Amino acid sequence: MNLLIHHFWELTITGLTIGAIYALVALGYTLVYGVLRLINFAHSEVFMYGSFAAVWVLMALNAAGATGLGLVGFLLLGGIAAMAASALVAFILELVAYRPLRKRNSPPLIALISAIGASFVLSEAMGLRDKPFAWLGLDAKLADYVGRPRENTPLPALLHSQKLFNFFGYNVTNVDVIILVSAIIMMVVLDQFVRRSRLGRGIRAVAMDAESAALMGVNHNRVIRLTFVIGGIMAGGAAMLYLLKIGVTRYNAGFILGIKAFTAAVLGGIGNLRGALLGGFVLGVAENYGSALVGSQWKDVVAFVLLIVILLFRPTGLLGESLGKARA
Amino acid sequence: MNAVTAPLRSVRERFRALPRPVKYLFIVAVVVIIYLLPIINPPLITTQDSDFASVLFSCAMYSLVAIGLNIVIGYAGLLDLGYVGFFAVGAFSVGVLGSAHAKLPLIICVPAAIVVTMISGVLLGAPTLRVRGDYLAIVTLGFGEIIRLVLVNTSWLGGPRGISNIPAPPSLHLFDVPHMSWEGFTAYLDLTTTTKFLVFSVTDAVPYYWLAVTIVLIVLFLDWLMQNSRVGRSWEATREDEDAAELMGVPTFRFKLLAFATGAAIGGLSGALFATKQVFINPDNFTIIYSVLFVAMVVVGGQGNRWGVVTAAVLLIWLPEKFRFLSDARFLLFGMALMALAIFRPQGLLPPRRRLRAQRSAEREGVNAEEDPGHIEREVADV
Repeated sequence: MNLLIHHFWELTITGLTIGAIYALVALGYTLVYGVLRLINFAHSEVFMYGSFAAVWVLMALNAAGATGLGLVGFLLLGGIAAMAASALVAFILELVAYRPLRKRNSPPLIALISAIGASFVLSEAMGLRDKPFAWLGLDAKLADYVGRPRENTPLPALLHSQKLFNFFGYNVTNVDVIILVSAIIMMVVLDQFVRRSRLGRGIRAVAMDAESAALMGVNHNRVIRLTFVIGGIMAGGAAMLYLLKIGVTRYNAGFILGIKAFTAAVLGGIGNLRGALLGGFVLGVAENYGSALVGSQWKDVVAFVLLIVILLFRPTGLLGESLGKARA
Repeated sequence: MNAVTAPLRSVRERFRALPRPVKYLFIVAVVVIIYLLPIINPPLITTQDSDFASVLFSCAMYSLVAIGLNIVIGYAGLLDLGYVGFFAVGAFSVGVLGSAHAKLPLIICVPAAIVVTMISGVLLGAPTLRVRGDYLAIVTLGFGEIIRLVLVNTSWLGGPRGISNIPAPPSLHLFDVPHMSWEGFTAYLDLTTTTKFLVFSVTDAVPYYWLAVTIVLIVLFLDWLMQNSRVGRSWEATREDEDAAELMGVPTFRFKLLAFATGAAIGGLSGALFATKQVFINPDNFTIIYSVLFVAMVVVGGQGNRWGVVTAAVLLIWLPEKFRFLSDARFLLFGMALMALAIFRPQGLLPPRRRLRAQRSAEREGVNAEEDPGHIEREVADV
């Protein structure tokens, strides 16, 4: 209890930063759920590939130790690489694992199985990445990239955590500020995109009633593809921010984070964009408060208990499920 | 697909045409062969890199898990992604009662474990079964993870090191059974390696396998009784259309809870089996990945068909052991297989017959096939 009171603002701010990452990943789950009504179990791997793309690009560019404008450039570049890779993986995922099922009108549980399969394939492919290069004889040359595939891969030392200003006794660091600001920018852009643009209107239309949307001339397949790609971009952004905060990634890094993000999406009301954002922040902060109260080893338990309690009182999540509605 | 199912169908028809005593004889023969599998050690089927009897035990134990989860997913239509939680509760109940905090014999531990898991199933189900399908999935996923974390963080339950010295079932040495060994396809009786009939020891998994198979057969029989009773019909009605079932007077919530509790109890029983065979359990035996594997068994086998899920469970356990030399790429191949199955055989390996019948009659009435959630190929014959 004491811990919570003394470090209240520290816990809040670090909770918000991790919550922002949850929220960005949760957007991918919620968007796909909104239009397809299925849990995209493999979204966590989309995130993981983004994190590797960022690490590799920054390694290849020898980004460690950059300062000033160069640093900003490298951070942006890493973020863009992560977004591109995640978007690509999400795109392929939709093409390979979901579209054939949709064509055959499979029941939703089968899509879950396909997604589980895809998730295994993606994460194991990353975990076995040394093998194909070993056959080609390139493993020594590329050891930094593909060596020790089951271990942690660190981000090149890029951004050193420095305190910027004091906020009620907590020294807010530059990493906190970067994560929160860039996450909020991405969220606002996405929210406005879905609310105002023509493509966003298509997404909302399909989420509301796929059949009527098709009758009104919305290309169902294109909207679904777009949804996956947007979810991938958000996951990529989240991957870069995650690297800044945690510093390492590995072939199964997406797993727990994916479960947390999915929890966040459900917490806010799955299918609802703002719900996913709220859910992410609430989850991140609540986890921190919870670990201050009962010990950090119970962090994940706090998260899941919170979920169960909230679902008991609000069975459709905090904000309800309504991607289709204008309030989106 | 027809090329695969047609010979199967003719086999089934021929079997059905046999006179009743011959049928029974045939069934008894199959059961005896199943019991003798680890003794016979048949070439091609046996596993080179790991103890065949242990693999068979795992097959039987996971079949039990699949039968239990099939009640929850296949009969009642509740997606449970935290089934490993019940498995863990069963295993740790045996651990706590039999080793860590009391030295009760296994005969008392196992029923106690079943009761404890059943209660935990009711405790989880009572508040959460009111939420809708997809939410139930995440809530149960969370439950499974909570159980694991509680096990890791509670020193009373052994913490991360778990519980050791879990008691074995009572042994009784009656006679020795010699194993068979093979050279090519010629069988020899190997008199040096024998199994002491019903002596449960760490070195010999065969008696455990016999125990597991016996339990599986009993549970299969109970499962059959349940499915063909009022309870089974209520589950089916709830699964197909909850509102309609409620209107017809089925107390759907109570039956969903019953399915959950029954499934949990079977999960607990398999957990207890696991614990007594392993002797030593720790929380790492119960990660989420197992829940995923269990769901895969049920869906791959064809939800709602007990033989289907048993087949899938056996295959999913046996194949990775058989092809152990591919150990690195095991999960990669497993993932690919799941994807291929989802695309090419979405109804599972052996879909339940009743659903095929419903499909056929729907087609006869000219109902648009797209409206049918099952969506099963029409070539697959029924009855």
